[in-house]
Amino acid sequence: MTALLQILFDALSLGSLYALGALGIALIFGVMRLVNFAHGDYISFCVFAMLWPSIDAAAIVFAGKLPTYLLVPLILLIGAGLSVLSEIVVFRRFRNANPATMMIASFALGFVIKYFLLMLYSSRPKSIDLWSNLSQQVEIMGARIPPLQVITIVVTIAILLALTAFLKRTRFGLEMRAAAENFTMARMLGVRANMVIMMAFAVSGMLAAAIGLILVTQTGTVDINMGANLMLVAFVATVIGGLGSLPGAVIAGYLIGAATVLMQVVLPPDARPFRDAFVYGAVIVMLIWRPNGLFSSKATKQRV
Amino acid sequence: MAERPSILARTWSTPVILIAILAVLALAAYFAGSNPFNQTIIEIFIRVVLVVGLYVFIGNSGVISFGHIGFTCLGAYMTAWLTMLPAIKKSKLKGLPDIILNNKLDYGWGLLAATIFAGVAAYVFGKVLMRLSGIAASIATFAMMAVIIQVYSNWDSVTGAQSSVVGIPIVRTVWPYFACAVAVVLVAYAHSISRSGLALRAARDEATAAAASGVDIPRERLIAFVISGAIMGLGGALFAHSVGVVTPDTFYLGLTFITLSMLVVGGMNSLSGAVLGVVVLSIIIQLLRWLEKGVDLGGATLSLPLGVQEIAIGVVMIAILMYRPSGLTRNRELVWPSKRLSGGTKASAPADGKTA
Repeated sequence: MTALLQILFDALSLGSLYALGALGIALIFGVMRLVNFAHGDYISFCVFAMLWPSIDAAAIVFAGKLPTYLLVPLILLIGAGLSVLSEIVVFRRFRNANPATMMIASFALGFVIKYFLLMLYSSRPKSIDLWSNLSQQVEIMGARIPPLQVITIVVTIAILLALTAFLKRTRFGLEMRAAAENFTMARMLGVRANMVIMMAFAVSGMLAAAIGLILVTQTGTVDINMGANLMLVAFVATVIGGLGSLPGAVIAGYLIGAATVLMQVVLPPDARPFRDAFVYGAVIVMLIWRPNGLFSSKATKQRV
Repeated sequence: MAERPSILARTWSTPVILIAILAVLALAAYFAGSNPFNQTIIEIFIRVVLVVGLYVFIGNSGVISFGHIGFTCLGAYMTAWLTMLPAIKKSKLKGLPDIILNNKLDYGWGLLAATIFAGVAAYVFGKVLMRLSGIAASIATFAMMAVIIQVYSNWDSVTGAQSSVVGIPIVRTVWPYFACAVAVVLVAYAHSISRSGLALRAARDEATAAAASGVDIPRERLIAFVISGAIMGLGGALFAHSVGVVTPDTFYLGLTFITLSMLVVGGMNSLSGAVLGVVVLSIIIQLLRWLEKGVDLGGATLSLPLGVQEIAIGVVMIAILMYRPSGLTRNRELVWPSKRLSGGTKASAPADGKTA
């Protein structure tokens, strides 16, 4: 029972991270058919924003010293800002390009951001102490669980609820959903295209910032590659969920989180290092079984 | 009815021009004789092999693959296994089969084995993956690379896991690399004008019409995937012999980014684009490396911080995609200037910028 609870919490908290990442990617795909490879680098960027640029091995904490009630909004704002900026500077010019071109452009943008960070901070991982008391384990019903896991899960659920309310109850949300359904038609009916797309990028950037905050609290280290690995999984989750489907992305994120944790438990010790290989293998099988994902939206179906 | 000239007769000048470009580079390396310059040219030839390998699949099928570097990894390790001294293998890579552990082959056999091994792996993966298309296919190739890299970076007894495999015999003369680059260009050219290659390009430009005309799209894609996988494996083996060290990390997103950007900058849908992209970006990279090391300007040393190289490549790539999405060559092949305007030049030029 306790072991089961432990697994459940592990799966939910890992799944939450993947779900948030997948949501950020799916939002943008929904409005402009862009698979944003740079998303993972937004995450790294937000984390590095807490440090003062220096190539020394020791991290000089700068914004990270702010009190929590200022730090969180600031990092969210940085995430949103970077994301919107990349829309204005780069992606706006690719509105009419085909998805493959946009995908490669975002791949390139991700590299630019990553090496920009490398230039300012060097490639060595640095340690940073942010809310580390949250990682000390407490006992809940016999299972030893760090409060951070609980917070991650609760925060994710809160974000999902808030986002749902935003999409269903506000004017922007309505416009965004209309744009995701049929962009051209929505424009003809008076939806302000630039506004909607910028809004989607802002929300997506904030999600990236939230992931960054959770990740850095969890690991206590800052690394220019920290966003990339999570982004790959989130990416896969978006595709499995059905590109453009927001609930699909979230569910697939949780599914992959659960699969990863389960593999860790179920696989024999010899095969455990290959856990990720098994997860990616499962993804390939899944794609063969349902190429359009579990919850495919009509817009992504291909004729041939 | 006038007889239709064969496609070979109309386009043979393309491979000749490309090989001439490569030959100029090889001769430059031969006559310069300096070691660093030689190494730079070798690097260019390896990239030509890799990028042409990418072109065979991506250019002809229009499906963006982010996973081909996985085959490069397979090739590099295969040649490392076969050509290293038995003593080193016995201490570091104990898990290899005895017959590999106790023998040492010449590097030529290593290259051949790497090519075949990567080709077979591409067939196995491709058999499954080629049923997908569009973005799902891109993501699936990505997952494929992740599987390969994860296995190679954790299988301690056979690949040495994360630590680097050292002791691969280093080949320093430029000629084997040149020969491989030429061979790869010829193979890619032969494939693109073959029946299968033409059918695949038709499917890229107009999938519905091609399928209706009897093109078996998954089959043609699989053929291109196997050829390009094999070429990527060869490129990996050449890479291993040029530096003498391999790690799984070498063959991940970084190399994917560089090779893909070379293909995009040159022009994704043409063989000339692949080769020119390598040459142009390699020159830019070399200039930036030189600047990163520091240049003496009248007493003051000017040096760029690390990372500028990648940032510059990224910016060039985005700019090309923005202003010239069909690349430097506009997706056309280089051909001999001809007075007959009707025939030659248009033959192998597909529609601009249309992929997937």
